[in-house]
Amino acid sequence: MSFPAHPIEILRFNTCGSVDDGKSTLIGRLLYDSKSLMDDQIAALERSADITGNGQINLANLTDGLRAEREQGITIDVAYRYFATPRRKFIVADTPGHVQYTRNMVTGASTANLSIVLVDARQGVVEQTRRHIYIGALLGIPHLVIAVNKMDLANWDQERFLRIREQVEGFLPKLNAFRDVKFIPISALNGDNVVTASTSAPWYEGPTLLAHLETVYIASDWNLNTLRFPIQWVNRPNRPADAALHDFRGLSGQIAGGIIRKDQEVLLLPAGIKTRVKEIWTYNGSLNEAFCPQSVTLRLAHDVDASRGDVIVGTENLPGCSPELRARLCWMHTRPLQPNRKYLLKHCAQTVQAVVTSLENRIDMASFEPDLAPGQLGINDIGVVHLRTSKPIVFDGYSRNRFTGACILIEPGTNATVGAGMLFPPIESAKPEYSDFAI
Amino acid sequence: MREVAAEFERPALLFSGGKDSICLLRLAEKAFRPSDLPMPLLNVDTGHHFAELNDFRDRRAQELGGKLIIRTVEDAIARGIAVPAPGELSRNRLQIPTLLAAIEEFGFDCLIGGARRDEEKARAKERFFSFRDAFGQWDPKSQRPEIWNLFNARIHPGEHMRAFPLSNWTELDVWEYIRREHLEVPAIYFSHKRKCVRRHSQWLPVTELLPPKDKEPVKELVVRVRTIGDIISTGMVESPAGSIDDIIREISVARVTERGSRADDKTSEAAMEDRKKAGYF
Repeated sequence: MSFPAHPIEILRFNTCGSVDDGKSTLIGRLLYDSKSLMDDQIAALERSADITGNGQINLANLTDGLRAEREQGITIDVAYRYFATPRRKFIVADTPGHVQYTRNMVTGASTANLSIVLVDARQGVVEQTRRHIYIGALLGIPHLVIAVNKMDLANWDQERFLRIREQVEGFLPKLNAFRDVKFIPISALNGDNVVTASTSAPWYEGPTLLAHLETVYIASDWNLNTLRFPIQWVNRPNRPADAALHDFRGLSGQIAGGIIRKDQEVLLLPAGIKTRVKEIWTYNGSLNEAFCPQSVTLRLAHDVDASRGDVIVGTENLPGCSPELRARLCWMHTRPLQPNRKYLLKHCAQTVQAVVTSLENRIDMASFEPDLAPGQLGINDIGVVHLRTSKPIVFDGYSRNRFTGACILIEPGTNATVGAGMLFPPIESAKPEYSDFAI
Repeated sequence: MREVAAEFERPALLFSGGKDSICLLRLAEKAFRPSDLPMPLLNVDTGHHFAELNDFRDRRAQELGGKLIIRTVEDAIARGIAVPAPGELSRNRLQIPTLLAAIEEFGFDCLIGGARRDEEKARAKERFFSFRDAFGQWDPKSQRPEIWNLFNARIHPGEHMRAFPLSNWTELDVWEYIRREHLEVPAIYFSHKRKCVRRHSQWLPVTELLPPKDKEPVKELVVRVRTIGDIISTGMVESPAGSIDDIIREISVARVTERGSRADDKTSEAAMEDRKKAGYF
């Protein structure tokens, strides 16, 4: 007996918009109309519809999982949802819109392939819209959908839709981001153009939202060009009696970029030692080659001193290796960032001390122009900073590699995650020098 | 997993013998072999477990050469750590103080659990690394933002972390992984004959803990479990599924969620949220 093979391609997307733009309703609609809801979930919805009084099923209750959210009718935190159609699996991050929780949008969007920004047809483009699009661009999300919602309340007025489209297209070129941008007029409440095509907007000839999500081309996001292997954990079985494992010394981690081959020459950074891959060990046996984003354990030809935080790279296209970093930083804490303050910086598999040596600018969210003497970065601000770390960091520009180009800042004492940083590419003098391994 | 092993001094892996923690153990093998697992396995035994599950748990831990730590709700009640409310039959809430006492006893600073975001609305808001304060509480409003795969695992003494590697897995993903990895699961996941009583529109298994009431009809049905909780509130699903392939086929077309058969989640809309805030995983 056969049953349909499960789809394997996964699309991760997030939804963002201002309060009341209908994000949760939209996700509820996608789940409901794509028949991803189960009978007991529908029954629970009907139960809460009776309690809140108006008797109508509230699709937003599907994702607004916490009690405070249901009471206030808002989304506090990132909620994740999963559904599948015969064509794809979807991981949805529902990210809140009100200003104080913008940091959650960065959380929900940092790993997304696609971002849906909701615009209320009656309100048009507001500051939050521009902010969300800008953050999506900064995070390097490849695909963008502008869903113009509540078109039913705007009489499905084509002029209004086109005006919003013009407004967004007006500032997109400045951002120099997104492989494709799609504008779709919808009504999440009534379901128009979400899963089924609307009969109210004969002037719209494009796909429904779900059809677009199912077919948008997600070429491999993984960087397969340049080998980067941050060492996460040193694997040393402590079994002196076992001859086979006595000398085993493996370096475990996830490949953050490129392809690694058995017998390939590699460099260990920041030490700058050249050696060779003796074995690519996995639980299921040795491999001849492995690629990003696989997790493997490498055994090297020489007994080099390697530990967590070191990075193994190929001998071409060297990364930066320097304690001096320049980063675009999204600040996420109510205590502002100030120059000369010390933080902990986590990058790949290591955490080091870092000091903010200077604050170069702060982006003005209305014009996207830099303000050159900001003094500090407040919560939800984005700006460019210079950092010096206590140890050299092996890194790439964020635009080149989302793994080795990203970092977070942690406040010592509170242990709060206070900033998300996207590194600029290394300058030439920051490239490492190396020597062949010598015994 | 490796991130936990590298960042924490005394981690533990929660292993019940249920399907999610079976996947968790395989991930641990893949992460750490050929070394030994760098952390013990921990289970809170409610005394309301299915016997099949406990047998499987013990056997699997032994096969792996892992150290298995068991703390029982029974013992926690005897020592006054967990106090049942008058008439409280389910052991669900009482797991919480038992677990927190175990964390204190061994000084665990991180617990790896098999919770998935698709199970329940409050779990949908979990992070991969979920911070718990000195009272073991979860505060959903002040969760740390989790950006890329850079996990902030820093805590102060007395606080601890819960790590959920299966966050993004669905029920179907779990069974597909079990099939792909040829993992053994306890027999109660497959269809078998069992005496059941009908309560709150669910079939509950008849046991010493849940004898039929006077004149209550008892039916012998062909059933299996889809999710395993307290034996007095785990609904049995009528099913002929006798193999992993059957189960995958069954849940591919299922119309009820996995936790639809757990009476504990139906108590109120916020049941899981409240238990999580108190220290449930």
